[in-house]
Amino acid sequence: MMRLVCLLLLLSLPAQAEEEIILGLSQNEIDITATFTGSEILLFGAIRRDAPVPDGNLGIIVTVAGPEVPVTVRRKERRFGIWVNVDDVKIAAAPSFYAVATSADLSKVLRPSEDLINRITIPQVVRHVGTNVLDSQSFSRALMRIREENNQYQRLEGAVAISRDTLFQTRIQMPANLTEGFYVAKIFLTRDGNIVDEYETSIPVKKVGLERWLYNLAHDNAFLYGLMSLAIAIAAGWGASAVFSLFRR
Amino acid sequence: MQIYLPIAEVSVNAFLLLGLGGIVGVLSGMFGVGGGFLMTPLLFFIGIPPAVAVATEANQIVASSFSGVLAHLKRKTVDLRMGTVLLIGGLVGAALGVIVFNYLRSLGQVDLLVKLCYVVFLGIIGGLMFIESWNAIRKSKKSGGRSPARRKHTWLHNLPFKMKFRVSGLYISVIPPLIVGVLVGILAAIMGVGGGFIMVPAMIYLLGMPTKVVVGTSLFQIIFVTAFTTMLHATTNFTVDIVLAVLLLVGGVIGAQIGTRIGVKMKAEQLRIWLAVMVLAVCIKLGLDLLIQPIELYSLGEGGH
Repeated sequence: MMRLVCLLLLLSLPAQAEEEIILGLSQNEIDITATFTGSEILLFGAIRRDAPVPDGNLGIIVTVAGPEVPVTVRRKERRFGIWVNVDDVKIAAAPSFYAVATSADLSKVLRPSEDLINRITIPQVVRHVGTNVLDSQSFSRALMRIREENNQYQRLEGAVAISRDTLFQTRIQMPANLTEGFYVAKIFLTRDGNIVDEYETSIPVKKVGLERWLYNLAHDNAFLYGLMSLAIAIAAGWGASAVFSLFRR
Repeated sequence: MQIYLPIAEVSVNAFLLLGLGGIVGVLSGMFGVGGGFLMTPLLFFIGIPPAVAVATEANQIVASSFSGVLAHLKRKTVDLRMGTVLLIGGLVGAALGVIVFNYLRSLGQVDLLVKLCYVVFLGIIGGLMFIESWNAIRKSKKSGGRSPARRKHTWLHNLPFKMKFRVSGLYISVIPPLIVGVLVGILAAIMGVGGGFIMVPAMIYLLGMPTKVVVGTSLFQIIFVTAFTTMLHATTNFTVDIVLAVLLLVGGVIGAQIGTRIGVKMKAEQLRIWLAVMVLAVCIKLGLDLLIQPIELYSLGEGGH
């Protein structure tokens, strides 16, 4: 009896198992060194199938999200002839970095309902909280606009290359001003805009070497760090003076 | 060459920072100003977070002022006694200023107040100094000689606790320098600068010190005030970026040495008029920022408030 139930359960499992994503990354972590100027990560993978290729348009969506941090968006208005910050809206959580790469136009590979549930596109990711400001929407739009200009938010439609309906790859350019933390890479496999499979992995981004040491010292031994900064300043000031008086002789 | 700054968490061009440090250093050595009121806005402009820019700038000023003071000490153009009196006032003022600053922050709009402070003070000081030194230059051209000493006997000279300031050639009460120190300290703490650009004119016009001595004395006082500020920022906000500071101060200390040499060769009136022009330029720039509609009305801030 028990076996029969198990068998029935197995058979009734969703079609999800038909296609499965296997992913590789060009690097498992991003190290911020003294000469760090940004990094490019290559995400590549394959679609594993146990059955013949199903019907429906194949789509791949790759997202990379940085750690979420709250942000305050302020708007200037003219008061008494000068421009001052008047209204502000606090965005509860917005990723410090976000990139969405798709294999075709977003509207073709993702249904809006799926986007709403899985929070894939940039507007879905930037949540805002209710405030007493009437048009709080324009504040979250401003956040997206400013971050897109800085390449912190990237919309890369058609940037995922699919070959032979099985292999896919995309490159994502990470800017130099990365926030430390775990960056979550998600890959969605869609058929006719419906998500069939999902894969998730995280890429740690961290300072290493001298950068790490200085950062830790500044936070753990702040007094010592302050004294060290002053000592360097005094030494440099004295050094320059000594060198210059040598020149004069 | 790009360098990643560990505390500011941005990547910047090292040569750009060296150059900026150098230019501000020259001005610092010439005029006896720390240069913070020029450098801090420049750092904002190249994308350094404001909190880091203000804190690191304080550290850099320590270096360039120290370098400048050594050069002035050799020429015996530092009034150590006057500097110490001003410093005592300055530290008291800085402590008061921090209290005022925190009170303003609790009211919100502290950014605006800081900017208005800049515009008003830079405008008044720059304007007055420009007019005064312009007249002095015209007068000296007309008569061909030195302008007469403008030392008058005012109520300032009737105050008690008189002290001899030999280097400055003054015999005045310690009360006016102390008050000047306190006021400058308050403003310096609110505006996040060393305060040299307020201190220098105050010493010339309020205390009647000779211009040549003023620069070295101002630098002497600034070292201690900014060292105090650096420690305060480093221990409470963790915003001093040592890599940024080193890049700025390498340029800064060299610039300060060059600036001091230029300053000694220039006439006092010329020195004052150029400082006035510089102060007015920064004032106009900041004023226009407030008056002209910005291209991007929205700005992003850290989560907190």
